[in-house]
Amino acid sequence: MKKYTDTGKKDTRSGFGAGLTELGRKNPNVVALCADLVGSLKMQDFIDENPERFFQVGIAEANMIGIAAGLTIGGKIPFAGTFANFATGRVYDQIRQSVAYSDKNVKICASHSGVTLGEDGATHQILEDIGLMKMLPGMTVINTCDYNQTKAATLAIAEHEGPVYLRFGRPKVANFTPEEQKFEIGKAVHLLKGSDVTIIATGHLVWEAIQAAEKLEEQGISCDVINIHTIKPLDEEAILKSVKKTGCVVTAEEHNYLGGLGESVARVLVKNHPAPQEFVATQDTFGESGTPGQLMEKYGLNAEAIIKASEKVLGRK
Amino acid sequence: MEIKKLEAFASQVRRDILRQVHKVNSGHPGGSLGCTEFFTVLYQEVMVRKEGFDMDGIGEDLFFLSNGHISPVFYSVLARSGYFPVEELSTFRLINSRLQGHPTTHEGLPGVRVASGSLGQGMSVALGAAQAKKLNKDPQIVYTLHGDGELQEGQNWEAIMYAAGKKVDNLISTVDRNHQQIDGSTDDVLPMGNLVEKFKAFGWDVLEIENGNDLKQVIDGLKEAKSRTGKGKPVCIIMNTEMGHGVDFMMGSHKWHGVAPNDEQLEKALAQNPETLGDF
Repeated sequence: MKKYTDTGKKDTRSGFGAGLTELGRKNPNVVALCADLVGSLKMQDFIDENPERFFQVGIAEANMIGIAAGLTIGGKIPFAGTFANFATGRVYDQIRQSVAYSDKNVKICASHSGVTLGEDGATHQILEDIGLMKMLPGMTVINTCDYNQTKAATLAIAEHEGPVYLRFGRPKVANFTPEEQKFEIGKAVHLLKGSDVTIIATGHLVWEAIQAAEKLEEQGISCDVINIHTIKPLDEEAILKSVKKTGCVVTAEEHNYLGGLGESVARVLVKNHPAPQEFVATQDTFGESGTPGQLMEKYGLNAEAIIKASEKVLGRK
Repeated sequence: MEIKKLEAFASQVRRDILRQVHKVNSGHPGGSLGCTEFFTVLYQEVMVRKEGFDMDGIGEDLFFLSNGHISPVFYSVLARSGYFPVEELSTFRLINSRLQGHPTTHEGLPGVRVASGSLGQGMSVALGAAQAKKLNKDPQIVYTLHGDGELQEGQNWEAIMYAAGKKVDNLISTVDRNHQQIDGSTDDVLPMGNLVEKFKAFGWDVLEIENGNDLKQVIDGLKEAKSRTGKGKPVCIIMNTEMGHGVDFMMGSHKWHGVAPNDEQLEKALAQNPETLGDF
């Protein structure tokens, strides 16, 4: 079984910040916007190096999305950053009309997604954003798992023509994907080869899936683990290839089971190759205050939950 | 262009508006008729425009229609300014048309740079485009049009605050002050107070066009506004118009906001606006 090593815990938002800084140096068309959360989004380095290419809009997310759409007219590639909640639910109609329907090349960069935002509580913890964004025609939806992958994704989406929702988070988590990686939008990363159960995870749950697979291996259960960083367009081929081999699947995400990765996977399976599936996700609930670790445990979003779901789905084969 | 020619152009645009909405028994004639002089002057007299259309619009003035429901006047003036064939006006609101109920870029209609219809978003987009022009060292101007009722949407005030705060002085935003909205007069629905003073208080340079249905006044107002750009402040024009202007039984009432004339009414309305450039 292949081993993955945590090279030192880092936050995915810092991966975004590092990617943006690199983009600032190599792509003069990249501009950035923020709604009074520069520190949280780790945008300061970009701003220091490119003050004229940064737009601080204040606490006015709707205006920020519109300005970002307008900046594309004239050839700019805007990266608009704020918390996931304010980057989606608060401005859904602005994204829908001024960005998605208008085919604008805007990159919506959303930090502090999910419950791992922690102590601020449910007003700031969005668990519905993947669903909101994946329903928009033409929107690409990406949820990265660690620092290195977030940095690579930030670089990759600048090369992609069209609106993108890039979702990342606040807490320091294991950094285990390669430092220099090629990020291919819409292409799943096959992390572990196994034959009994497929585990498809996205975002912070990918590391948890690896931990779960290692423990399941000790019990003699062989896991095929896939890192789905792009939820839309979904790598249907990778999903089907794995599930045809294992015959069952667990999906894992820091998101409501309604509208998330799990439902997208279920749609692919129902249409092509029906198989038992278990959903590691929040169960149609809001979050609450707590530490990220406590919240992941309480809402069933960790390796232990993936192990239980795997055992359950194996019994349904 | 001579005033006579602009008058003839405006008369044809009014016919186009009426005939578009009548054909599909749908659309918004009231606000379209009220803004006919504005669009005529903007596209025929004021804006610096390049041949053809490309999305980036570098080296030319840009226009964003925020109150997208007055698409009939926008489409007519775009067609008659050469952006697409005039005959295409006959496809307004029909299935498979580029002339959607509200303007969109999605079907590739030349002249349109953003979708609008869900209100309150146009100024923000224009601000981005204006700031892109500054980054590109492009000296041209960005124009917008907004309904007065539309200013009830809060996003406008985010944009109004930003425009002045960030000194976006290559922007001219015009408010169609016709005092009407779907449910009645703006005073009945939600009084919006003194718009001139409000924009001034937000830090804009504001001027008023007393009669936005008088071509001469619109020309003077838009030219005056242009002369005030580049001086550190965004420029606002409060343009007083009459909803339904040019058709006696439609004038000054909110009732024709989103209602098309029947056959008899169309005939009456067209008789008041002679055909000058050939109907579509």
